[in-house]
Amino acid sequence: MSRRGLDDLFARVRAEGRTAFLPFMTAGLPSPDRTVECFEAMADAGADAFEVGIPYSDPMMDGPTIQVASARAIEQGMTLKGGFDVLRRVVEATGKPSLAMSYANPVFRLGPDEFSRRAADAGAAGLIIADLPLEEAAPVAEACDRSGIGLVLFAAPTTQDERLERIAARAPVFIYGVAELGVTGERDEQSDHPRTLAARIRAITRVPLVMGVGISTPVQAEALAPYVDGIIVGSALVRRALQSPRPITDIAEATRSLVDALSE
Amino acid sequence: MTTAVGGRAALRMDRPDEQGRFGDYGGMFAPETLMPALQRLATDFADAWADSGFVAHFHDLLEKYTGRPTPLHAADHLSEETGTRVLLKREDLAHTGAHKINNAIGQAILATRTGKTRLIAETGAGQHGVATATAAAYTGLECVVYMGEKDIERQSLNVQRMRMLGADVVPVSAGAATLKDAVNEAMRDWVRTVETTHYIIGSAVGPHPFPWMVREFQRIIGDESIRQLEGESVDVVVACVGGGSNAIGMFYPFAGRDGVDLVGVEAAGHGIRTGRHGASIGAGSPGILHGARTYMLQDDEGQVLEAHSISAGLDYPGVGPEHAYFADTGLARYVSITDEEALGGVDLLSRTEGIIPALESAHAIAWVAKDAARLAGKTVLVNLSGRGDKDMDMIAAKAGIG
Repeated sequence: MSRRGLDDLFARVRAEGRTAFLPFMTAGLPSPDRTVECFEAMADAGADAFEVGIPYSDPMMDGPTIQVASARAIEQGMTLKGGFDVLRRVVEATGKPSLAMSYANPVFRLGPDEFSRRAADAGAAGLIIADLPLEEAAPVAEACDRSGIGLVLFAAPTTQDERLERIAARAPVFIYGVAELGVTGERDEQSDHPRTLAARIRAITRVPLVMGVGISTPVQAEALAPYVDGIIVGSALVRRALQSPRPITDIAEATRSLVDALSE
Repeated sequence: MTTAVGGRAALRMDRPDEQGRFGDYGGMFAPETLMPALQRLATDFADAWADSGFVAHFHDLLEKYTGRPTPLHAADHLSEETGTRVLLKREDLAHTGAHKINNAIGQAILATRTGKTRLIAETGAGQHGVATATAAAYTGLECVVYMGEKDIERQSLNVQRMRMLGADVVPVSAGAATLKDAVNEAMRDWVRTVETTHYIIGSAVGPHPFPWMVREFQRIIGDESIRQLEGESVDVVVACVGGGSNAIGMFYPFAGRDGVDLVGVEAAGHGIRTGRHGASIGAGSPGILHGARTYMLQDDEGQVLEAHSISAGLDYPGVGPEHAYFADTGLARYVSITDEEALGGVDLLSRTEGIIPALESAHAIAWVAKDAARLAGKTVLVNLSGRGDKDMDMIAAKAGIG
């Protein structure tokens, strides 16, 4: 699948007046042999697209849950090649547009062209690189263009308007709005940051806006739904993959309640 | 200021380019949340560094609070033993026992100037943690230091000092529980608290502007050495390299001077061939670590490998990007010394000069001893970056003394 898969998804949810749900899961969880099954369960529960986390040794933007998940996946033999293989099987099994999530070092280790070509070959619709800001994105964005996939760019509560304009002008496949300050992880409270940021982005661009980081409950997702094109939840699902005795059932249930909250 | 490299002249860079790079190295590979703060910091530092009032305040503190200038000591007994004239830049005599205080004080007063109320830092050997805790106590700012659990064990004296100074020392258990993991955790804290907090990176690593800023605060080591030499020429300048702040501070003022050989000494740990070492330049490859493109230890898929060194300060799988630039352009060369050789360096300097060096600095001493035959008749300036009190338990255990 190319970038088109995501472009079509956002056109569709806008036409339908709803908010897409894009769950994140670390490739290799809850276990290497059940990871594709886990994504299928989330698709059955109503997920619109996926963020497949390719585990990295030093996930600077991730909180404890995804750190532990990444370390465990690597310990159990998950590799970059294995992560792309999971992505391929997820896309084949579900038909949902899927993004590979990684960090800058693996991308540049392979080279942006090779990395994006492999992602495209695996059926990815796009890339999310947590530590690749606008200033360093050009070689990866160009490589993604050549491979026909989309690069996601971030906007944070700290990003100034002038910078938001430059991010939007790069025409990313979507803008990943960082809802809360800090790294990924569940939070009890929702601050004013996500709504303020969404309004600021909306005033500047029509590029699809998807929010993540610190969104974990149906209540939190529902509160933001009117302001965004999509919601990403990661740690709340990954925690279940790490801890639950029935991980796939629990993840499917959690996905369903998040999807329900977004369609209300 | 030029040196011939493959027929081309390599220049040291007064400051990194617009993208925060030294040649191909450096840059800003950071989460978006931090980008506005990093760009602001680059501007704030440039403004402060161009403000004679700020610079005068910095130098006044270095003189009256941290005890600069540190002596340049002619190590006659060591010279006799090695057959080469050895001069020691005594950073071990700076307040808190290492060169780290130069940078910590500089960044702390910059944080005060820019209205931050809280300082965070990572530390390996604990020297930078102690320096930051000291600067925080002096400036009245809150202080949190992230430190790997393994390092907390092997540098317990420094943990006690940080706590005495009022800092909160937070253990980090991720990964190998050493310096790399402490940097990750400090970065994560900063992503959450960037509005009120300044992150004092302890080495010449991290995203722009840190490598440049840390080098500028540390160049006092080399600038002062040149003054103290009073025109006497040196043939070789040696410093240990983990992240490389003491080395870049010493090297930069000498870089490109005709006839001066700059030698950075990395940790060979158990030996380069065992794969258990910290020689990012000697045995690594270019990649992106902690926000900068630089030499690092990694596998074929770009996973970061664990470093190893007996010295917590050199137990790091990357190196400052300006060192990567110096290595590629030939402005400096990089060698390595094993754990065992470094212990020999501690012993040698203790016996000949009555100075117990930090295990980090002992790598530089050990290289001089090891290469003595080739250095015969030359004048060698060694940056003695820190003192060894913190390492006594470790050294005693290894040497079977005490």
